Amino acid sequence: MDTVTVEVRDLTRVYGSNAVVRDVSFNLNKGEVLGFLGPNGAGKSTTMKMLTGNLAPTAGSVKICGIDIVDNPKEAKALIGYLPETPPLYKELTVDEMLALAARMHGVARGNVKRAVAHAKERTGLTEMGKRLCENLSTGYQQRVGIAQAIIHNPMVVVLDEPTRGLDPIQIRDIRALIKELGGEHSVILSTHILPEVEMVCDHVQIIHQGQLVFSGEIDELRHSRKSDTLLVGLRRPPAGEVLAALSGVVAVETAGDLVRLKLAEADAAGAVAESIVQAAVAGDWALYHVAPDAPSLEDVFLQLTQLEEAV
Amino acid sequence: MKMILTVAGKELRSLFASPMAWVILAMLQLLLGLFFANGVDRYFEAMQGAMPPEQRMGFTAFVVPQVFGVAVLVLLTAVPLLTMRLIAEERKSQTLVFLFSAPVSLFEIVLGKFVGLMAFISVVVVLLLAMALSMNAATDLDVAHVLTNALGLWLMAASFSALGIFMSSLTQQPIIAAIISFIALLGLIIIDSFAADPESPLNYLSLMRHFEPLSSGMLNTSDIAYFVLFIATFLVLTVRRLDADRLRG
Repeated sequence: MDTVTVEVRDLTRVYGSNAVVRDVSFNLNKGEVLGFLGPNGAGKSTTMKMLTGNLAPTAGSVKICGIDIVDNPKEAKALIGYLPETPPLYKELTVDEMLALAARMHGVARGNVKRAVAHAKERTGLTEMGKRLCENLSTGYQQRVGIAQAIIHNPMVVVLDEPTRGLDPIQIRDIRALIKELGGEHSVILSTHILPEVEMVCDHVQIIHQGQLVFSGEIDELRHSRKSDTLLVGLRRPPAGEVLAALSGVVAVETAGDLVRLKLAEADAAGAVAESIVQAAVAGDWALYHVAPDAPSLEDVFLQLTQLEEAV
Repeated sequence: MKMILTVAGKELRSLFASPMAWVILAMLQLLLGLFFANGVDRYFEAMQGAMPPEQRMGFTAFVVPQVFGVAVLVLLTAVPLLTMRLIAEERKSQTLVFLFSAPVSLFEIVLGKFVGLMAFISVVVVLLLAMALSMNAATDLDVAHVLTNALGLWLMAASFSALGIFMSSLTQQPIIAAIISFIALLGLIIIDSFAADPESPLNYLSLMRHFEPLSSGMLNTSDIAYFVLFIATFLVLTVRRLDADRLRG
Protein backbone atom coordinates (compact mmCIF):
# COMPACT_ATOMS: atom_id res chain seq x y z
CA MET A 1 0.00 0.00 0.00
CA ASP A 2 1.06 3.57 -0.57
CA THR A 3 2.31 5.37 2.46
CA VAL A 4 2.60 9.12 2.34
CA THR A 5 6.05 10.28 3.37
CA VAL A 6 5.88 13.94 2.47
CA GLU A 7 2.76 16.02 2.71
CA VAL A 8 3.01 19.65 1.73
CA ARG A 9 0.03 21.98 2.07
CA ASP A 10 -0.22 25.53 0.74
CA LEU A 11 3.43 26.20 1.34
CA THR A 12 4.15 29.91 1.00
CA ARG A 13 7.22 31.99 1.63
CA VAL A 14 7.20 35.75 1.41
CA TYR A 15 10.27 37.97 1.49
CA GLY A 16 9.09 41.51 2.11
CA SER A 17 6.30 41.91 -0.44
CA ASN A 18 7.75 39.33 -2.80
CA ALA A 19 6.20 35.86 -2.65
CA VAL A 20 8.99 33.50 -3.66
CA VAL A 21 6.89 30.38 -3.19
CA ARG A 22 3.10 30.51 -3.39
CA ASP A 23 0.62 27.85 -2.31
CA VAL A 24 2.66 24.83 -3.24
CA SER A 25 0.91 21.59 -2.27
CA PHE A 26 1.82 18.00 -3.04
CA ASN A 27 2.07 14.52 -1.61
CA LEU A 28 4.83 12.03 -2.04
CA ASN A 29 4.56 8.31 -1.41
CA LYS A 30 7.17 5.90 -0.22
CA GLY A 31 9.44 4.69 -2.99
CA GLU A 32 8.69 7.53 -5.39
CA VAL A 33 11.12 9.90 -7.00
CA LEU A 34 9.80 13.41 -7.43
CA GLY A 35 11.51 15.80 -9.79
CA PHE A 36 11.31 19.49 -9.10
CA LEU A 37 11.81 21.42 -12.28
CA GLY A 38 12.04 25.11 -12.84
CA PRO A 39 14.11 27.88 -14.27
CA ASN A 40 16.65 29.63 -12.08
CA GLY A 41 15.05 31.67 -9.34
CA ALA A 42 11.72 29.86 -9.62
CA GLY A 43 11.70 28.96 -5.93
CA LYS A 44 13.09 25.43 -6.10
CA SER A 45 15.79 25.91 -3.50
CA THR A 46 13.50 27.93 -1.24
CA THR A 47 10.98 25.08 -1.32
CA MET A 48 13.75 22.59 -0.53
CA LYS A 49 14.89 24.69 2.41
CA MET A 50 11.38 24.75 3.79
CA LEU A 51 10.96 21.00 3.31
CA THR A 52 14.09 20.35 5.35
CA GLY A 53 13.37 22.85 8.11
CA ASN A 54 16.12 25.26 7.17
CA LEU A 55 13.62 28.00 6.50
CA ALA A 56 10.35 28.69 8.24
CA PRO A 57 7.36 28.90 5.88
CA THR A 58 5.29 32.08 5.97
CA ALA A 59 2.18 29.95 5.65
CA GLY A 60 1.29 26.34 5.06
CA SER A 61 2.68 23.15 6.49
CA VAL A 62 5.19 20.42 5.74
CA LYS A 63 4.65 16.97 7.22
CA ILE A 64 7.26 14.24 7.02
CA CYS A 65 5.65 10.88 7.68
CA GLY A 66 2.90 12.75 9.47
CA ILE A 67 5.27 14.78 11.65
CA ASP A 68 5.05 18.54 11.27
CA ILE A 69 8.49 20.00 10.66
CA VAL A 70 7.70 23.29 12.39
CA ASP A 71 6.14 21.76 15.50
CA ASN A 72 8.48 18.78 15.94
CA PRO A 73 11.61 19.73 14.02
CA LYS A 74 13.85 17.14 15.69
CA GLU A 75 11.68 14.12 14.97
CA ALA A 76 10.95 15.28 11.43
CA LYS A 77 14.56 16.14 10.59
CA ALA A 78 15.69 12.70 11.71
CA LEU A 79 13.69 11.29 8.79
CA ILE A 80 15.26 13.56 6.17
CA GLY A 81 18.59 13.55 4.39
CA TYR A 82 19.38 16.80 2.66
CA LEU A 83 21.95 17.83 0.10
CA PRO A 84 21.81 21.62 -0.25
CA GLU A 85 22.98 23.57 -3.30
CA THR A 86 26.52 23.74 -1.95
CA PRO A 87 27.60 20.43 -0.38
CA PRO A 88 28.02 21.24 3.32
CA LEU A 89 31.47 19.82 3.98
CA TYR A 90 33.93 20.74 6.67
CA LYS A 91 37.04 21.21 4.58
CA GLU A 92 39.42 20.35 7.41
CA LEU A 93 37.94 16.88 7.94
CA THR A 94 38.66 13.74 5.95
CA VAL A 95 35.85 12.01 4.08
CA ASP A 96 35.67 9.32 6.77
CA GLU A 97 35.54 11.86 9.59
CA MET A 98 32.96 13.95 7.77
CA LEU A 99 30.68 10.99 7.17
CA ALA A 100 31.13 9.67 10.71
CA LEU A 101 30.15 13.11 11.99
CA ALA A 102 27.08 13.13 9.76
CA ALA A 103 26.11 9.67 11.03
CA ARG A 104 26.44 10.65 14.69
CA MET A 105 24.64 13.95 14.17
CA HIS A 106 21.74 12.06 12.66
CA GLY A 107 21.57 9.73 15.60
CA VAL A 108 23.16 6.59 14.17
CA ALA A 109 24.10 4.43 17.16
CA ARG A 110 27.78 4.48 18.05
CA GLY A 111 28.35 0.86 17.13
CA ASN A 112 26.81 1.25 13.68
CA VAL A 113 28.65 4.39 12.60
CA LYS A 114 31.49 2.54 10.93
CA ARG A 115 29.17 0.30 8.97
CA ALA A 116 26.97 3.24 7.94
CA VAL A 117 30.03 5.15 6.70
CA ALA A 118 31.31 2.17 4.73
CA HIS A 119 27.89 1.57 3.20
CA ALA A 120 27.37 5.21 2.20
CA LYS A 121 30.86 5.35 0.68
CA GLU A 122 30.21 2.21 -1.28
CA ARG A 123 26.93 3.50 -2.67
CA THR A 124 28.46 6.78 -3.81
CA GLY A 125 31.72 5.29 -5.06
CA LEU A 126 33.91 6.90 -2.42
CA THR A 127 35.49 3.78 -0.98
CA GLU A 128 38.98 4.78 -2.12
CA MET A 129 38.61 8.35 -0.88
CA GLY A 130 38.13 7.79 2.85
CA LYS A 131 41.46 9.22 3.95
CA ARG A 132 41.39 12.29 1.71
CA LEU A 133 40.60 15.73 3.10
CA CYS A 134 37.32 17.14 1.80
CA GLU A 135 39.25 20.28 0.90
CA ASN A 136 41.38 18.41 -1.64
CA LEU A 137 38.55 16.65 -3.43
CA SER A 138 37.37 17.69 -6.87
CA THR A 139 33.93 19.26 -7.20
CA GLY A 140 32.45 15.98 -8.38
CA TYR A 141 33.76 14.06 -5.41
CA GLN A 142 32.65 16.79 -3.01
CA GLN A 143 29.20 16.46 -4.51
CA ARG A 144 29.34 12.72 -3.87
CA VAL A 145 30.35 13.23 -0.26
CA GLY A 146 27.40 15.60 -0.04
CA ILE A 147 25.09 12.87 -1.29
CA ALA A 148 26.73 10.31 1.02
CA GLN A 149 26.10 12.48 4.09
CA ALA A 150 22.46 12.85 3.02
CA ILE A 151 21.81 9.10 2.84
CA ILE A 152 24.04 7.91 5.67
CA HIS A 153 21.29 7.49 8.24
CA ASN A 154 18.98 5.72 5.82
CA PRO A 155 16.36 8.45 5.91
CA MET A 156 12.77 8.03 4.75
CA VAL A 157 13.00 11.11 2.58
CA VAL A 158 16.07 12.21 0.64
CA VAL A 159 16.06 15.79 -0.61
CA LEU A 160 18.70 16.56 -3.23
CA ASP A 161 19.17 20.07 -4.57
CA GLU A 162 20.75 19.71 -8.01
CA PRO A 163 22.62 16.49 -7.23
CA THR A 164 24.40 16.18 -10.58
CA ARG A 165 25.90 19.65 -10.59
CA GLY A 166 29.60 19.67 -11.31
CA LEU A 167 29.78 15.98 -12.20
CA ASP A 168 31.23 14.51 -15.36
CA PRO A 169 29.01 12.38 -17.65
CA ILE A 170 30.13 9.06 -16.14
CA GLN A 171 29.52 10.29 -12.61
CA ILE A 172 26.16 11.71 -13.67
CA ARG A 173 25.17 8.29 -14.95
CA ASP A 174 26.28 6.68 -11.67
CA ILE A 175 24.45 9.22 -9.55
CA ARG A 176 21.27 8.86 -11.60
CA ALA A 177 21.47 5.11 -11.10
CA LEU A 178 21.94 5.72 -7.40
CA ILE A 179 18.92 8.03 -7.26
CA LYS A 180 16.79 5.41 -9.00
CA GLU A 181 18.03 2.84 -6.52
CA LEU A 182 17.28 5.14 -3.59
CA GLY A 183 13.78 5.53 -4.96
CA GLY A 184 13.20 1.87 -4.20
CA GLU A 185 13.29 2.18 -0.44
CA HIS A 186 13.19 5.91 0.23
CA SER A 187 11.27 8.82 -1.19
CA VAL A 188 13.47 11.13 -3.16
CA ILE A 189 12.85 14.74 -4.04
CA LEU A 190 15.33 16.24 -6.41
CA SER A 191 15.49 19.63 -7.99
CA THR A 192 17.13 20.21 -11.29
CA HIS A 193 16.96 22.29 -14.40
CA ILE A 194 18.24 19.47 -16.60
CA LEU A 195 15.12 18.16 -18.30
CA PRO A 196 16.30 14.76 -19.55
CA GLU A 197 17.43 13.98 -16.03
CA VAL A 198 13.88 14.25 -14.78
CA GLU A 199 12.67 12.02 -17.58
CA MET A 200 15.28 9.42 -16.72
CA VAL A 201 14.96 9.10 -12.97
CA CYS A 202 11.67 10.57 -11.80
CA ASP A 203 8.23 9.02 -11.40
CA HIS A 204 6.57 12.34 -10.72
CA VAL A 205 7.34 15.75 -12.03
CA GLN A 206 6.48 19.17 -10.76
CA ILE A 207 7.28 22.26 -12.68
CA ILE A 208 7.54 25.37 -10.62
CA HIS A 209 7.57 28.81 -12.13
CA GLN A 210 7.65 32.11 -10.29
CA GLY A 211 6.92 30.31 -7.05
CA GLN A 212 3.85 28.45 -8.28
CA LEU A 213 3.32 24.92 -9.48
CA VAL A 214 2.40 25.02 -13.14
CA PHE A 215 2.51 21.29 -13.72
CA SER A 216 2.25 18.37 -11.39
CA GLY A 217 1.80 14.80 -12.43
CA GLU A 218 3.25 11.52 -13.52
CA ILE A 219 6.22 11.54 -15.83
CA ASP A 220 4.06 9.73 -18.40
CA GLU A 221 1.69 12.67 -18.51
CA LEU A 222 4.54 14.95 -19.39
CA ARG A 223 5.72 12.46 -21.97
CA HIS A 224 2.24 12.26 -23.36
CA SER A 225 2.01 15.99 -23.73
CA ARG A 226 5.13 15.67 -25.82
CA LYS A 227 3.58 13.09 -28.12
CA SER A 228 3.48 14.60 -31.52
CA ASP A 229 0.70 14.74 -34.05
CA THR A 230 3.01 15.73 -36.86
CA LEU A 231 5.51 13.81 -38.95
CA LEU A 232 8.54 15.28 -40.64
CA VAL A 233 9.28 13.62 -43.94
CA GLY A 234 12.27 14.19 -46.18
CA LEU A 235 11.96 13.25 -49.87
CA ARG A 236 14.52 13.89 -52.61
CA ARG A 237 11.93 13.66 -55.38
CA PRO A 238 8.70 14.69 -53.68
CA PRO A 239 5.39 14.15 -55.43
CA ALA A 240 2.73 16.85 -55.56
CA GLY A 241 1.37 17.86 -52.16
CA GLU A 242 -2.07 16.41 -52.94
CA VAL A 243 -0.56 12.94 -53.21
CA LEU A 244 0.77 13.15 -49.68
CA ALA A 245 -2.42 14.71 -48.35
CA ALA A 246 -4.34 11.81 -49.84
CA LEU A 247 -2.54 9.30 -47.62
CA SER A 248 -4.86 7.95 -44.97
CA GLY A 249 -4.50 9.65 -41.59
CA VAL A 250 -2.93 12.82 -42.97
CA VAL A 251 -4.89 16.00 -42.42
CA ALA A 252 -2.64 18.71 -43.82
CA VAL A 253 0.70 19.10 -45.57
CA GLU A 254 3.12 22.00 -45.24
CA THR A 255 6.72 22.42 -46.24
CA ALA A 256 9.32 23.03 -43.60
CA GLY A 257 12.57 23.89 -45.34
CA ASP A 258 13.75 20.82 -47.23
CA LEU A 259 11.35 18.63 -45.32
CA VAL A 260 7.61 18.20 -45.46
CA ARG A 261 5.51 18.39 -42.32
CA LEU A 262 2.45 16.18 -42.25
CA LYS A 263 -0.28 16.95 -39.77
CA LEU A 264 -1.97 13.78 -38.60
CA ALA A 265 -5.53 13.15 -37.56
CA GLU A 266 -4.39 11.58 -34.30
CA ALA A 267 -1.05 11.29 -32.59
CA ASP A 268 -1.34 7.55 -31.97
CA ALA A 269 -1.51 6.84 -35.69
CA ALA A 270 1.98 8.22 -36.33
CA GLY A 271 3.46 4.73 -36.68
CA ALA A 272 0.89 3.52 -39.19
CA VAL A 273 1.17 6.69 -41.28
CA ALA A 274 4.97 6.46 -41.32
CA GLU A 275 4.66 2.90 -42.53
CA SER A 276 2.34 3.83 -45.39
CA ILE A 277 4.63 6.72 -46.35
CA VAL A 278 7.58 4.37 -46.60
CA GLN A 279 5.60 1.98 -48.76
CA ALA A 280 4.30 4.78 -50.97
CA ALA A 281 7.81 6.24 -51.25
CA VAL A 282 9.23 2.93 -52.42
CA ALA A 283 6.40 2.39 -54.88
CA GLY A 284 6.60 5.94 -56.25
CA ASP A 285 10.41 6.22 -56.15
CA TRP A 286 10.33 9.44 -54.02
CA ALA A 287 13.78 8.71 -52.52
CA LEU A 288 12.77 8.91 -48.88
CA TYR A 289 15.66 9.84 -46.57
CA HIS A 290 13.97 11.04 -43.40
CA VAL A 291 10.83 10.21 -41.55
CA ALA A 292 10.44 11.08 -37.87
CA PRO A 293 7.82 12.38 -35.49
CA ASP A 294 8.14 16.11 -35.11
CA ALA A 295 8.11 15.98 -31.31
CA PRO A 296 8.34 19.18 -29.38
CA SER A 297 11.38 18.85 -27.14
CA LEU A 298 10.91 18.70 -23.41
CA GLU A 299 12.34 22.19 -23.47
CA ASP A 300 9.42 23.29 -25.65
CA VAL A 301 6.92 21.73 -23.28
CA PHE A 302 8.67 23.38 -20.42
CA LEU A 303 8.66 26.77 -22.11
CA GLN A 304 5.05 26.32 -23.04
CA LEU A 305 4.11 25.59 -19.45
CA THR A 306 6.12 28.41 -17.96
CA GLN A 307 5.00 30.93 -20.53
CA LEU A 308 1.39 29.90 -20.23
CA GLU A 309 1.63 31.00 -16.65
CA GLU A 310 2.86 34.43 -17.69
CA ALA A 311 -0.09 34.95 -19.96
CA VAL A 312 -2.60 34.33 -17.16
CA MET B 1 23.47 15.75 25.72
CA LYS B 2 24.97 13.27 23.27
CA MET B 3 24.48 15.75 20.46
CA ILE B 4 26.13 18.53 22.45
CA LEU B 5 29.19 16.32 22.87
CA THR B 6 29.14 15.38 19.19
CA VAL B 7 29.16 19.05 18.18
CA ALA B 8 31.80 19.80 20.82
CA GLY B 9 33.96 16.95 19.57
CA LYS B 10 33.73 18.25 16.02
CA GLU B 11 34.78 21.74 17.15
CA LEU B 12 37.76 20.39 19.06
CA ARG B 13 38.81 18.32 16.07
CA SER B 14 38.57 21.34 13.77
CA LEU B 15 40.52 23.46 16.25
CA PHE B 16 43.39 21.01 16.39
CA ALA B 17 43.25 20.35 12.66
CA SER B 18 44.50 23.90 12.11
CA PRO B 19 47.82 25.18 13.43
CA MET B 20 45.95 27.94 15.24
CA ALA B 21 45.20 25.91 18.35
CA TRP B 22 48.76 24.63 18.66
CA VAL B 23 50.28 28.05 18.10
CA ILE B 24 48.02 29.65 20.67
CA LEU B 25 48.75 26.91 23.22
CA ALA B 26 52.51 27.19 22.69
CA MET B 27 52.63 30.99 22.76
CA LEU B 28 50.43 31.20 25.85
CA GLN B 29 52.57 28.68 27.64
CA LEU B 30 55.79 30.51 26.72
CA LEU B 31 54.45 33.93 27.67
CA LEU B 32 52.91 32.82 30.95
CA GLY B 33 56.00 30.77 31.80
CA LEU B 34 58.16 33.87 31.36
CA PHE B 35 55.84 35.94 33.54
CA PHE B 36 55.80 33.25 36.17
CA ALA B 37 59.60 32.95 36.26
CA ASN B 38 59.85 36.71 36.38
CA GLY B 39 57.36 36.79 39.26
CA VAL B 40 59.41 34.27 41.22
CA ASP B 41 62.57 36.36 40.69
CA ARG B 42 60.91 39.54 41.82
CA TYR B 43 59.51 37.82 44.87
CA PHE B 44 63.03 36.93 46.00
CA GLU B 45 64.28 40.43 45.25
CA ALA B 46 61.48 42.06 47.22
CA MET B 47 61.72 39.72 50.17
CA GLN B 48 65.49 39.79 50.44
CA GLY B 49 65.53 43.47 51.39
CA ALA B 50 65.07 44.46 54.97
CA MET B 51 61.30 44.40 55.14
CA PRO B 52 59.26 44.85 58.28
CA PRO B 53 57.55 41.54 59.04
CA GLU B 54 54.05 43.04 58.80
CA GLN B 55 54.69 44.05 55.19
CA ARG B 56 55.83 40.64 54.12
CA MET B 57 53.43 38.62 52.04
CA GLY B 58 53.21 35.02 50.98
CA PHE B 59 54.48 33.69 47.70
CA THR B 60 50.98 32.81 46.51
CA ALA B 61 49.55 36.28 47.07
CA PHE B 62 52.59 37.93 45.49
CA VAL B 63 53.04 35.89 42.31
CA VAL B 64 49.87 33.99 41.46
CA PRO B 65 47.30 36.84 41.02
CA GLN B 66 49.81 38.64 38.87
CA VAL B 67 50.37 35.72 36.52
CA PHE B 68 46.66 34.94 36.28
CA GLY B 69 45.94 38.63 35.70
CA VAL B 70 48.31 38.57 32.74
CA ALA B 71 46.66 35.37 31.54
CA VAL B 72 43.28 37.18 31.48
CA LEU B 73 44.73 39.89 29.26
CA VAL B 74 46.35 37.35 26.96
CA LEU B 75 43.09 35.42 26.65
CA LEU B 76 41.33 38.69 25.93
CA THR B 77 43.17 38.69 22.61
CA ALA B 78 43.31 34.92 22.07
CA VAL B 79 39.65 34.06 22.67
CA PRO B 80 38.21 36.36 19.95
CA LEU B 81 40.61 34.70 17.51
CA LEU B 82 39.25 31.31 18.52
CA THR B 83 35.56 32.25 18.57
CA MET B 84 35.56 34.25 15.36
CA ARG B 85 35.30 31.28 13.05
CA LEU B 86 32.81 29.25 15.10
CA ILE B 87 29.68 30.49 13.34
CA ALA B 88 30.82 33.19 10.91
CA GLU B 89 32.96 30.77 8.94
CA GLU B 90 30.29 28.09 8.88
CA ARG B 91 27.90 30.67 7.52
CA LYS B 92 30.41 31.74 4.90
CA SER B 93 31.21 28.22 3.70
CA GLN B 94 27.52 27.22 3.97
CA THR B 95 28.10 24.37 6.37
CA LEU B 96 25.62 25.79 8.85
CA VAL B 97 22.96 24.00 6.77
CA PHE B 98 24.54 20.71 7.80
CA LEU B 99 23.87 21.48 11.46
CA PHE B 100 20.43 22.97 10.82
CA SER B 101 19.31 19.92 8.83
CA ALA B 102 20.39 17.45 11.49
CA PRO B 103 17.91 16.48 14.19
CA VAL B 104 19.62 18.79 16.67
CA SER B 105 18.16 21.85 18.36
CA LEU B 106 19.80 25.24 17.95
CA PHE B 107 20.47 25.25 21.66
CA GLU B 108 22.44 22.00 21.34
CA ILE B 109 24.43 23.42 18.43
CA VAL B 110 25.37 26.61 20.28
CA LEU B 111 26.07 24.84 23.56
CA GLY B 112 28.11 22.20 21.72
CA LYS B 113 30.29 24.85 20.15
CA PHE B 114 30.69 26.56 23.52
CA VAL B 115 31.59 23.31 25.27
CA GLY B 116 34.10 22.41 22.57
CA LEU B 117 35.85 25.74 22.87
CA MET B 118 35.79 25.60 26.67
CA ALA B 119 37.43 22.17 26.56
CA PHE B 120 40.30 23.81 24.71
CA ILE B 121 40.43 26.78 27.08
CA SER B 122 40.36 24.40 30.03
CA VAL B 123 43.59 22.92 28.70
CA VAL B 124 45.13 26.40 28.85
CA VAL B 125 43.86 26.96 32.41
CA VAL B 126 44.97 23.52 33.59
CA LEU B 127 48.46 23.98 32.13
CA LEU B 128 48.78 27.32 33.91
CA LEU B 129 47.41 25.81 37.11
CA ALA B 130 49.96 23.00 36.87
CA MET B 131 52.73 25.58 36.43
CA ALA B 132 51.63 27.49 39.54
CA LEU B 133 51.19 24.32 41.58
CA SER B 134 54.65 23.12 40.62
CA MET B 135 56.00 25.70 43.08
CA ASN B 136 54.45 23.60 45.80
CA ALA B 137 57.64 21.55 45.67
CA ALA B 138 59.70 24.53 46.84
CA THR B 139 57.29 26.32 49.12
CA ASP B 140 54.00 25.90 50.89
CA LEU B 141 51.40 27.27 48.48
CA ASP B 142 47.98 28.53 49.48
CA VAL B 143 46.36 25.99 47.18
CA ALA B 144 42.83 27.35 47.67
CA HIS B 145 44.00 30.78 46.60
CA VAL B 146 45.58 29.34 43.46
CA LEU B 147 42.35 27.50 42.73
CA THR B 148 40.14 30.61 43.04
CA ASN B 149 42.50 32.32 40.59
CA ALA B 150 42.15 29.44 38.18
CA LEU B 151 38.37 29.47 38.58
CA GLY B 152 38.35 33.22 37.97
CA LEU B 153 40.43 32.82 34.83
CA TRP B 154 38.19 30.02 33.60
CA LEU B 155 35.04 32.05 34.19
CA MET B 156 36.54 35.10 32.50
CA ALA B 157 37.53 33.01 29.48
CA ALA B 158 34.07 31.43 29.40
CA SER B 159 32.51 34.89 29.36
CA PHE B 160 34.84 35.96 26.57
CA SER B 161 33.87 32.84 24.63
CA ALA B 162 30.12 33.35 25.05
CA LEU B 163 30.36 36.94 23.85
CA GLY B 164 32.70 35.91 21.04
CA ILE B 165 30.32 33.21 19.80
CA PHE B 166 27.48 35.71 19.77
CA MET B 167 29.53 38.21 17.75
CA SER B 168 30.49 35.40 15.40
CA SER B 169 26.81 34.65 14.81
CA LEU B 170 26.17 38.23 13.69
CA THR B 171 28.38 38.25 10.63
CA GLN B 172 29.81 36.21 7.76
CA GLN B 173 33.29 37.63 8.17
CA PRO B 174 35.37 35.97 10.90
CA ILE B 175 37.76 38.93 11.12
CA ILE B 176 34.92 41.35 11.78
CA ALA B 177 33.63 39.04 14.50
CA ALA B 178 37.09 38.98 16.12
CA ILE B 179 37.47 42.75 16.05
CA ILE B 180 33.99 43.44 17.43
CA SER B 181 34.45 40.82 20.17
CA PHE B 182 37.80 42.25 21.17
CA ILE B 183 36.51 45.82 21.37
CA ALA B 184 33.37 44.80 23.25
CA LEU B 185 35.38 42.74 25.75
CA LEU B 186 37.96 45.44 26.23
CA GLY B 187 35.14 47.90 26.84
CA LEU B 188 33.55 45.58 29.40
CA ILE B 189 36.85 45.15 31.19
CA ILE B 190 37.78 48.80 31.52
CA ILE B 191 34.27 50.22 31.82
CA ASP B 192 34.67 50.77 35.56
CA SER B 193 37.48 53.25 35.05
CA PHE B 194 35.08 55.55 33.20
CA ALA B 195 32.71 55.88 36.11
CA ALA B 196 33.53 58.92 38.27
CA ASP B 197 31.24 57.76 41.03
CA PRO B 198 32.64 54.62 42.70
CA GLU B 199 29.07 53.47 43.40
CA SER B 200 27.98 53.82 39.77
CA PRO B 201 26.12 50.81 38.35
CA LEU B 202 28.60 50.89 35.46
CA ASN B 203 31.11 49.40 37.85
CA TYR B 204 28.93 46.42 38.37
CA LEU B 205 28.99 45.67 34.65
CA SER B 206 32.76 45.50 34.52
CA LEU B 207 34.08 41.99 34.12
CA MET B 208 37.24 42.98 36.00
CA ARG B 209 35.25 43.99 39.10
CA HIS B 210 34.05 40.42 39.38
CA PHE B 211 37.41 38.86 38.62
CA GLU B 212 39.34 40.83 41.25
CA PRO B 213 37.71 39.23 44.31
CA LEU B 214 38.45 35.77 42.90
CA SER B 215 41.96 36.88 42.15
CA SER B 216 42.50 37.92 45.75
CA GLY B 217 41.08 34.61 46.93
CA MET B 218 37.52 35.61 47.72
CA LEU B 219 34.73 33.39 46.39
CA ASN B 220 31.51 35.44 46.20
CA THR B 221 28.24 33.93 45.05
CA SER B 222 27.33 37.25 43.44
CA ASP B 223 30.45 37.20 41.26
CA ILE B 224 29.84 33.62 40.18
CA ALA B 225 26.20 34.48 39.45
CA TYR B 226 27.35 37.45 37.37
CA PHE B 227 29.56 35.25 35.22
CA VAL B 228 26.93 32.55 34.83
CA LEU B 229 24.31 35.12 33.82
CA PHE B 230 26.74 36.78 31.43
CA ILE B 231 27.50 33.48 29.70
CA ALA B 232 23.85 32.37 29.61
CA THR B 233 22.74 35.73 28.18
CA PHE B 234 25.12 35.62 25.25
CA LEU B 235 24.47 31.97 24.48
CA VAL B 236 20.72 32.59 24.46
CA LEU B 237 21.23 35.63 22.23
CA THR B 238 23.22 33.44 19.85
CA VAL B 239 20.40 30.89 19.71
CA ARG B 240 17.97 33.73 18.98
CA ARG B 241 20.20 35.03 16.24
CA LEU B 242 20.45 31.62 14.57
CA ASP B 243 16.71 31.15 14.86
CA ALA B 244 16.30 34.44 13.02
CA ASP B 245 18.23 32.85 10.14
CA ARG B 246 15.56 30.20 9.90
CA LEU B 247 12.67 32.65 10.23
CA ARG B 248 13.94 35.42 7.98
CA GLY B 249 16.07 33.36 5.65
